[in-house]
Amino acid sequence: MTQIYSLKRSENAWSLALRRLWRDPVGRFSLGVVMGYLVLVGMVLAGWLGARWNDPVAVNYAPPTWCATAANRVTLPAGEAWDRSSVIPLYGWTDPLEPLWSEARAAAQRIQPEPVSYRLTLFFGADKWGRDVGQKVLKGTQTSVWVGLVAAFLATFIGTVLGALAGYYGRGVDDLLNGFYGVLTSIPYLLLVFAVAAVFQQKGVGTLILILGLTGWTGVFRLVRAEYLKHRTREYVLAAGALGASHGRRVWVHILPNVSHVILVQFSQNLVGFIKSEVILSFLGFGVPVSSVSWGSMLNEAQNELILGKWWQLGVTTVAMAIFVTALSLLTDALRDALDPRLNS
Amino acid sequence: MSGLLFLVRRLGQALLTLLGVILLVFVLFNWVGGDPALILAGKMASAQDLANVRHQLGLDRPLWQQFLDFVGQVLRGDYGESWATHEPVSAIFRSRLGPSLTLLIPMLVLETLVAVTVALLVAALRGSWLDQGVRMVSTVAMSISLLVYIIVGQYVFAYLWGWFPVKGWGDSVLTNLRVYALLPVLLGLFVSVAPSIRLYRSFILEEIDQDFVRTARAKGLSETRILFVHVLRNAAIPIVTNVLMGLPGLLTGAFLLERFFAIPGIGREIILAVERSDFPLIKAITVYVAMATLAVNLLGDLCYRWLDPRVRLE
Repeated sequence: MTQIYSLKRSENAWSLALRRLWRDPVGRFSLGVVMGYLVLVGMVLAGWLGARWNDPVAVNYAPPTWCATAANRVTLPAGEAWDRSSVIPLYGWTDPLEPLWSEARAAAQRIQPEPVSYRLTLFFGADKWGRDVGQKVLKGTQTSVWVGLVAAFLATFIGTVLGALAGYYGRGVDDLLNGFYGVLTSIPYLLLVFAVAAVFQQKGVGTLILILGLTGWTGVFRLVRAEYLKHRTREYVLAAGALGASHGRRVWVHILPNVSHVILVQFSQNLVGFIKSEVILSFLGFGVPVSSVSWGSMLNEAQNELILGKWWQLGVTTVAMAIFVTALSLLTDALRDALDPRLNS
Repeated sequence: MSGLLFLVRRLGQALLTLLGVILLVFVLFNWVGGDPALILAGKMASAQDLANVRHQLGLDRPLWQQFLDFVGQVLRGDYGESWATHEPVSAIFRSRLGPSLTLLIPMLVLETLVAVTVALLVAALRGSWLDQGVRMVSTVAMSISLLVYIIVGQYVFAYLWGWFPVKGWGDSVLTNLRVYALLPVLLGLFVSVAPSIRLYRSFILEEIDQDFVRTARAKGLSETRILFVHVLRNAAIPIVTNVLMGLPGLLTGAFLLERFFAIPGIGREIILAVERSDFPLIKAITVYVAMATLAVNLLGDLCYRWLDPRVRLE
C-alpha cells in the first residue's frame, strides 16, 4: 500500500513556541533569570532561605562588608540596661516600677543571659534595627513576586472568563460586561486601587492580592473578548457546533487553546504591573503589614535611611527589583514574538 | 453617521458609564466597606453611640434610599463633610485642584514635546545602535520603581546639592511654578517619558512605510521635511488622542509626587484620605476624576473624528 500522507504528527504549537523562544538569546536569558527568581521564591516559601530576616544580627546600620574596615564583631554584655536609675532621672522620687525591675534583675541573675554578639558589617549591610538586608531582600522578593503572581492568576482568570463570555455570547451579556469594563476603566488605575484599599480595612498579603486581582483584569478582558469575537464564527467552531458540541465545550475546549497565547502574554504583562503596584501600595503603607516585608516596605524604610547616608537597603532593593522586572519585560516581548502565529514563516 | 448624532450617542454612553461609576462607588463604600460607624465612633463606643452615628450618616435607612441620596449628592456636587476634618468635601476638592493642575499642565506639555521629538529621532534611525540603545535603556529604566527615581532625585538634587527646595508650596502660582513645582515636574517627566517614547515610536513607525512617504521621497523632499511634516502630521492623530487619554493617568502619577514634595494637591489628599478612612472624600474624588476621565475620552473621540476625516467611528 502506498502511503499518501505523512504519519508524522505536526509539531505542537507550544513546543514550537518554546523552541522559538529558546532560539532567541534575549528570550533564553530572560527566561533563565525569571526562572531563577521563581526558584528563589519557592525556596523562601519553603523556609530554606530568608527565614531569619526579622532577627537583629548586626549593629544598627551595619555597613556592607566591602566599605568597612574595622573588626567584624562586637559583643555587648547582657543585662546592661537593667539599672534604670542611670538612664531616667527620678528627681528624688522612688521609681514606682522599682519592685518589678528588681524582680526582673533577680530573674536575669538566675538565668545568667549569654552576652550577645553582633556583627559590625554584613555583606549587604543592615537596616535600622540591625536586620540583615540580604535576608530581608530575599523575603521581600518572595512577598512581592508571590503577591504579583497570585494576583495575576486571579486577574487573568476573571478577565478570561468574563472576556470569553462577553465575546462568545455577545448581545446582552456583552453589553453588560462591556459596560462594567467601561465603568472600571473610567477610573484611573491607581485611584481605583486606592479606593478599594480604603474599603478593605484589614491589611495583609491576601487583601493585597484581592485588591490587585479585582481591579487589574480589564486588560485581559478586552483582549480575550476581541479574540472570542473573532473566533466564534470561524469554521472550526461552527463545525464543532454542527457535530453537537455544547456552547460550554466550544468556549472552553475548542476556542480557549487558540487564544491561550494572548492570555499568557497578558498574564506576564499583568505580573509586571502588579509588582509595581504592590511596591507603591506597600510603600504608602496600604500593602503588607508591618509583620512582613516586601520591596515596597523596604523602599519605605530606605527613604528615611537615605537622609542619614545609609544607601544600602535602597540600592539592594532597587537592583533586586530592576533585574526581575527587566527580565520579565524582556520575556514578555520575547513570548509575544515566539507565540505570534503571524511570524510563523 | 452625522456628527450630531454621534455626539448625542457618545454623550449618552458617557452618562450611563458615570451612573455605573456612581453605583460602583456606592457598592464599594456602603456595602463592601462594612459599617463605617465602627470606624467613626471609635473602639470604646457603646451600642447607643454606634446607633447615633449610623442615624447621623443616614445608614439606618434602606440601601436604595441611601443610593438615591448619593446620586443627589453627585448631582448637586455636594458630598457632605469630610469625616476627618469636617470641612465640606467640595471645598477640599476645589482648593486642591489648583496645585495639582500647576504640576500637571507643565508636565503634560513638556512630556509630549520631549516624547514626540525623541520618538521621531529614534524612528528615523530605527534599527541603528541609537534606536537599540534607547529601547534597551528605556526597558531597564521602566523596570525601576518610580518611587526610586523620586526618592533619589529628591535626595540628590534637593537635599544634597540644594538646587531645589526639598519640599513646600507657596500661594502665588508663579512662585510655585518657578520654585516648588520645578523638581517634581522634571522628575515626573523623567518617570513618564519612557513609555510614551515607546508608544509614539510605534505610531510613527506605522506611518513611515506608507505610500505617501515613498511619494514624498520620490518628489525629492529632504528626510527632515518628510519626517517632521508629512509623517508627524499623520502620526499626530493617535498621539493627540493618546495625550488626551493619558491625562487622568498623569493625574495619578502626580499622586506620589505630591506626597513626596508636600504639594497640597488632590493626590496627596487622597492618600491622606485612605490613611484616615475618610470615605466621603474618597468617594467624591473618585467620582470627580471619573467624570474628568469620561469628559476627556469624549473629547479625544471628537478630536479623532475632527483630525482624521477618514475616521467615521461606527
